[in-house]
Amino acid sequence: MIKIVKRDQPSKAIFFFTPVLAIFLTLIAGGLIFYILGFKPFEALKFFFIVPIADKYGFSELLLKATPLCLIAIGLSFCFKSNNWNIGAEGQLTFGAIVSGGVALLFYDQEGFYILPIVILAGAIGGMIYASIPAILKTYFNTNEILVSLMLVYVSKLILDYLVVGPWSNPEGFNFPETRQFSDSARLPLLFEGLRIHAGIFLAFAAVVISWFVFYKTYLGFQMKVSGFSLKTAKYAGYKGKKMIILVFLISGACAGLAGVGEITGPIGQLHREVSPDYGFTAIIVAFLGRLHPVGIIFASLVVAITYLGAETAQIFMQIPKYTGQVFQGMILFFLLASDYLLFFKFKFIGSKK
Amino acid sequence: MHKFLIRSFVSSLVLLFTLTVAAVAKEVKAAFVYIGPTGDHGWTYQHDVGRKAVEAAGFKTTYVEGVPESADAERVLRQLANSGHDIIFTTSFGYMNPTNKVAKEFPNVKFEHATGYKREHPNVATYAARFYEGRTILGTIAGTMTKSNVIGYVASFPIPEVIRGINSFTLAAQKVNPNIKTKIVWAFTWYDPGKEAEAAKALIDQGADVIAQHTDSTAIVQMAEKAGVYAFGQASDMDKFAPKAVLTSVENNWGPYYVDRVKAVANGTWNQKDTWHGIGDGMVVISGLDSQMPSDLQAKVKKLQADLASGKVHSFTGPIYDQKGNLMVAEGKTADDGMLAGMMTYVKGVEGDIPK
Repeated sequence: MIKIVKRDQPSKAIFFFTPVLAIFLTLIAGGLIFYILGFKPFEALKFFFIVPIADKYGFSELLLKATPLCLIAIGLSFCFKSNNWNIGAEGQLTFGAIVSGGVALLFYDQEGFYILPIVILAGAIGGMIYASIPAILKTYFNTNEILVSLMLVYVSKLILDYLVVGPWSNPEGFNFPETRQFSDSARLPLLFEGLRIHAGIFLAFAAVVISWFVFYKTYLGFQMKVSGFSLKTAKYAGYKGKKMIILVFLISGACAGLAGVGEITGPIGQLHREVSPDYGFTAIIVAFLGRLHPVGIIFASLVVAITYLGAETAQIFMQIPKYTGQVFQGMILFFLLASDYLLFFKFKFIGSKK
Repeated sequence: MHKFLIRSFVSSLVLLFTLTVAAVAKEVKAAFVYIGPTGDHGWTYQHDVGRKAVEAAGFKTTYVEGVPESADAERVLRQLANSGHDIIFTTSFGYMNPTNKVAKEFPNVKFEHATGYKREHPNVATYAARFYEGRTILGTIAGTMTKSNVIGYVASFPIPEVIRGINSFTLAAQKVNPNIKTKIVWAFTWYDPGKEAEAAKALIDQGADVIAQHTDSTAIVQMAEKAGVYAFGQASDMDKFAPKAVLTSVENNWGPYYVDRVKAVANGTWNQKDTWHGIGDGMVVISGLDSQMPSDLQAKVKKLQADLASGKVHSFTGPIYDQKGNLMVAEGKTADDGMLAGMMTYVKGVEGDIPK
């Protein structure tokens, strides 16, 4: 007989094991779905998870796709660890892209080494400004940051729409909704000839290292952790809660803004209506799949990135609908949340002996 | 004997030639990149109908749907070019820069970009349809059928393509009914059933009893059906979604062009060009006319359709005045393609300003 027993303490081993379990279960369920849809499950999984990264180019595309996800998820982990539910990274990304794109457009016909740093900084500041709105409203007006940050996503997209259709549209572009192309000095340098992977990946690496240091080596990291466990405890300990809330939102916004910079000054090279295929939302899955741990987030961003690439490959070679990629992302999150049950409960096998 | 030899030699040559052509033709693979899902019953749906026509003509095709106009488009294009496709159709404006970028890397692959204007490399062609011709027909119907003399128009983005449609529609409606006004609501989307339905509702509330649309979903015709006003289907025949409201639809018929271009690749006759086909070439098709339309109107529409096809009638024939009363096209003249391509002013009779 099997009995379900509550654990005395959440298991640390299980904590890091469940993401792996979730991915494993996703693969099984995915194979099953392919089978039901009438595709060969192993072949489909091969085209989904192996073929897209089998060559140098594919692997570089994986890194390109994972870079913004990793960067945003790292930023979000600051918020999530300290019990701040920033759901609006997509908006912070978009606003960061708007501000940095605006600066890049000022220099559209100029060259110079100083342009790129200004453009990058502008993006980080843009993201911070946008993230500060839900943070300030939360700390001083007690609003719900989930709602505010989420709603601001749509506002940011409308601002972007307005700018690329109207005042910032390319004067030579027949009024189509896009800006001029940025000058080469405003573009992130490519790392290899012929590949799209760009210097933005270093920003992601830096974020990983810095976040690890902050989480595990600083007083701020400790405060965040305590607040995450219990806000009351944090209050009793005398932590300045408001300051911390604003700080984690700013960090999160800066990371999302930088991800936006990476997209527009990396592969895209201009502003148009669709700078991000909802990286800001997908990064939430990445953050949780990575257990809010910097190293975990690296792996999680690679896993989630491959679901995008795999969906394209599977459609090209096997005519599997591309939207399966989103089904996979959903399944990963679902199985992760479901297997979290194991964190707090365990199965006890009770023998027949009396 | 001698004759027989020659004849058999010639016929075998012909046979060999057809075989080679057939063999070559079979190898050509076409790929299509879509912005939306193939089941949108609008823009992407019609491109996919065109793709199926290419399949029916004996060619292999591949498609990728829901490709965002973000950095992802370039990867999808490169992957298609890398996996043995000879011609790639990119069916949304936002693919313009990625199309030209990838085309540079794959000079042996032909690229066809819909609705764009950049042909930076010899292997990039562009194509679009003269939808405004279809809107001339819709305007004629709307001007005749309206009782309130207020016609609603749900527009997407203030680009020449859309302005041209509004103007062509209004000019035709004025011709049959000088008292009409066209009210515009900008939805700032190509496909968003919720927003489109709201826009239609707003227009109906302002007294419009005929609604035209330049967005892709079926939400507008369904809203019109509910409110008991008339509407027109966009991109595909939307009659089945709103049988009472829909008077006719303007269908985007890409199939003939797609088959033509893929065949051209097979025959080695593909060349770079900018195609802009209308009713005459069959790229713009008017669906069946609803029986609620009086028979003399139906006859008028049929004749207009034939005249637009033959070129006897042009949608933009002078005199045409802008909103301020300045002459845009002189009497007896027609607007040239350059003017049409850059059209960014409303004609007289359209209400409101173009959003800036």
